[in-house]
Amino acid sequence: MDLEVRKTYKLYVGGDFIRSESGRSDPMETTGGDFFANVSRGSRKDLREAVRKARAAQTGWAASSAYLKGQILYRMAEMFEGRSGSFEEILRQTRGVTAAAAKREVRASIDRLLHYAGWSDKYTALLGTVNPVASSYFDFSLPEPTGVVGIVAPEEPDLLGLVSHLAPVIVSGNAAVVLLSQKHPLASLEFAEVLATSDLPGGVANLISGRKDELVPHLARHMDVNAIADAGGDRALSKAIGEDAAVNVKRVRAYRIADYFAEDAQGLDFIESFVEIKTTWHPIGV
Amino acid sequence: MARVIEEASETKPRPSAWERERPALEFGSAWDYAPAPESRDHVRLAERYDLFIGGRFVPPKSRKYFATINPATEDKLAEVAEAGAADVDAAVKAAQEAYQRRWSKLKPAERGKYIYRIARLLQEQSRELAILESMDGGKPIKESRDVDLPLAVAHFFYHAGWADKLDYAFPRKTVSPIGVCGQIIPWNFPLLMAAWKIAPALACGNTVVLKPAETTPLTSLALARICQEADLPPGVVNIIPGAGETGGALVSHPGTRKIAFTGSTEVGKLIQRATAGTGKRLTLELGGKAANIIFEDAALDQAVDGVVNGIYFNQGHVCCAGSRLLVQESVIDTVVAKLEHRIATLRLGDPLDKNTDVGAINSKMQLDRITELSGYGESEGARMYQSSCKLPEKGYWFRPTFFTGVAQSHRIAREEIFGPVLAVMTFRTPDEAVEKANNIPYGLSAGVWTDKGSKIFKITAKMRAGVVWANTFNKFDPASPFGGYKESGFGREGGVHGLRAYVELS
Repeated sequence: MDLEVRKTYKLYVGGDFIRSESGRSDPMETTGGDFFANVSRGSRKDLREAVRKARAAQTGWAASSAYLKGQILYRMAEMFEGRSGSFEEILRQTRGVTAAAAKREVRASIDRLLHYAGWSDKYTALLGTVNPVASSYFDFSLPEPTGVVGIVAPEEPDLLGLVSHLAPVIVSGNAAVVLLSQKHPLASLEFAEVLATSDLPGGVANLISGRKDELVPHLARHMDVNAIADAGGDRALSKAIGEDAAVNVKRVRAYRIADYFAEDAQGLDFIESFVEIKTTWHPIGV
Repeated sequence: MARVIEEASETKPRPSAWERERPALEFGSAWDYAPAPESRDHVRLAERYDLFIGGRFVPPKSRKYFATINPATEDKLAEVAEAGAADVDAAVKAAQEAYQRRWSKLKPAERGKYIYRIARLLQEQSRELAILESMDGGKPIKESRDVDLPLAVAHFFYHAGWADKLDYAFPRKTVSPIGVCGQIIPWNFPLLMAAWKIAPALACGNTVVLKPAETTPLTSLALARICQEADLPPGVVNIIPGAGETGGALVSHPGTRKIAFTGSTEVGKLIQRATAGTGKRLTLELGGKAANIIFEDAALDQAVDGVVNGIYFNQGHVCCAGSRLLVQESVIDTVVAKLEHRIATLRLGDPLDKNTDVGAINSKMQLDRITELSGYGESEGARMYQSSCKLPEKGYWFRPTFFTGVAQSHRIAREEIFGPVLAVMTFRTPDEAVEKANNIPYGLSAGVWTDKGSKIFKITAKMRAGVVWANTFNKFDPASPFGGYKESGFGREGGVHGLRAYVELS
């Protein structure tokens, strides 16, 4: 008898792997129609808990040095690399892509993480300014993290899409609550294990699987979420997010990315959307 | 609460003998300065002002006119056209045509030259415009003369120079204008806000439809005349006075590609909701409830003067006003005593008098709101201090006021009053100061007063606010980005960051 041990895919909230408070799960199948795994169906309460954990983690994460943030993102890439086989396997089985395509997406995801690891101690210099005011003050503007950012991840490519939106949000010191691809959440939940083993403080990245139509409105209306990265690609849902976001003047950036593998699906402006510019006036005198 | 502070202060160092024994100063009624009014001869007021659309002043299709009054005298200054939906449509179309035919095709350096011209003309007419600003809005002439006008001029000069340098501001990107910008501005700095909005929009190659506030349209219309004098191509700048309905029509008009709004958080949220899903770009500069933090090691006289400037400047009609004061417990008695004496010396009255520190409240409506909100101060248990100055018989006035013994939950500590009313609270540790300062949905500005440089940077870094002043307050400059965190809005105005709101990048 050589019975396999099946894996349960749980939500990743506050650094812990938890079953949904809802007690419900959805079966995921392979493209061949066989049962692959059950996935927790995240609820409104799970989402609220994730925002609470994100808020608690954000200040400390933002206060850590840029160098450390870069080290941790690099560590994530290392852990990712070591598990690339299992990611490829999930993508092949549940998305039905070829082995080559699965390998390409995993490679691109690792590279993307690495790209943002390198940004940690550079974006501040590029987005900051010293302002030549016409009075006797040293006046400068620097980017700071916006706070807790909700991410509506794209349906496909689920893994590369998740990494493409999560990495630029957390590299600047934000904490994120991500609503994963509804159709293909497995690779993203597998990615939670990369997060958990990479020294990223618990709560900085929270991953929730479930039904977007149920969860997105709560995320968009949550009073303690400061911004939304809307990459869900659903026009009607995007409009609703934009409207709901007004309850507490959330910053909303809607993404329509045709090709996540392209060079322009990464870069400084992905970071820039989720920082706030603070201007400080300091007197000059004796 | 006032009682609690008195008890707590028993264990603290008492105010110095000098502070306890010196005679109380009573400038408010004992001393009369001779009036020093600025002459109004310079100002040529028309009886009636029309809309500025397509480079011409045209009567409104709405056929409606409203009166704009001098809040210091309640006299009617002029009648001003109110733009209805059809007028908004005409203005947007004029702006679209100017954008497509002229402005977007002009060489960037030539665009800059027009903006330089506007700056120069504004500078040359500064005196007239400062007086007009004080007449229409009630602000002291020394503020409109020394702050509003020079800064408005500086904004045009600053942005004129950007017109042909945008590629340097956005490396690796193709920079293009957005199109027609709908801009809605408040009544507290009428001409300055018009400059903040129009100058960067034009420099980046856009055309604008600007709606000034209904209580202060006159200087914006004077700016329209200056645009004519500068030979600005017709339709590049359109100015259409009106109230909320006019603003709503501008926001929802399909021809506006970008909306820039400065005003209340309440209206800002409505605009954010209305523009969702339309693809329109949006920047919001909304309300605030800034904390001014005084540490025990601060130069207290300087700090108190800064606090006075922070809250009583422009009658407190400032979105970034320092309307909450957090004082370290060990110096609360001294600070309150100094503050009490200091507000007694503020001269309230005729905005056109060169000695006036505090002018008229902008409108009856705003006066009612200030009166209502500050009424909650005492009813919720805070102790009120008010200057005893005489109030003129006519016009809208509110005495410089502050409350001590304020709790964080009090309405005067949470809601934007937008008037000369300060809520004073205390703290013991730097962490507590930060916690209290940030414990509010707003995040526009903050102030920190201490003699220690390292403490300044520690505290300013922790403030969740877009503009932080250290040992100063209410300083502005076109080169310095301004804008809020959290519910104080998003987007910046001024500096390199301000350009981002008016360009399309690809």
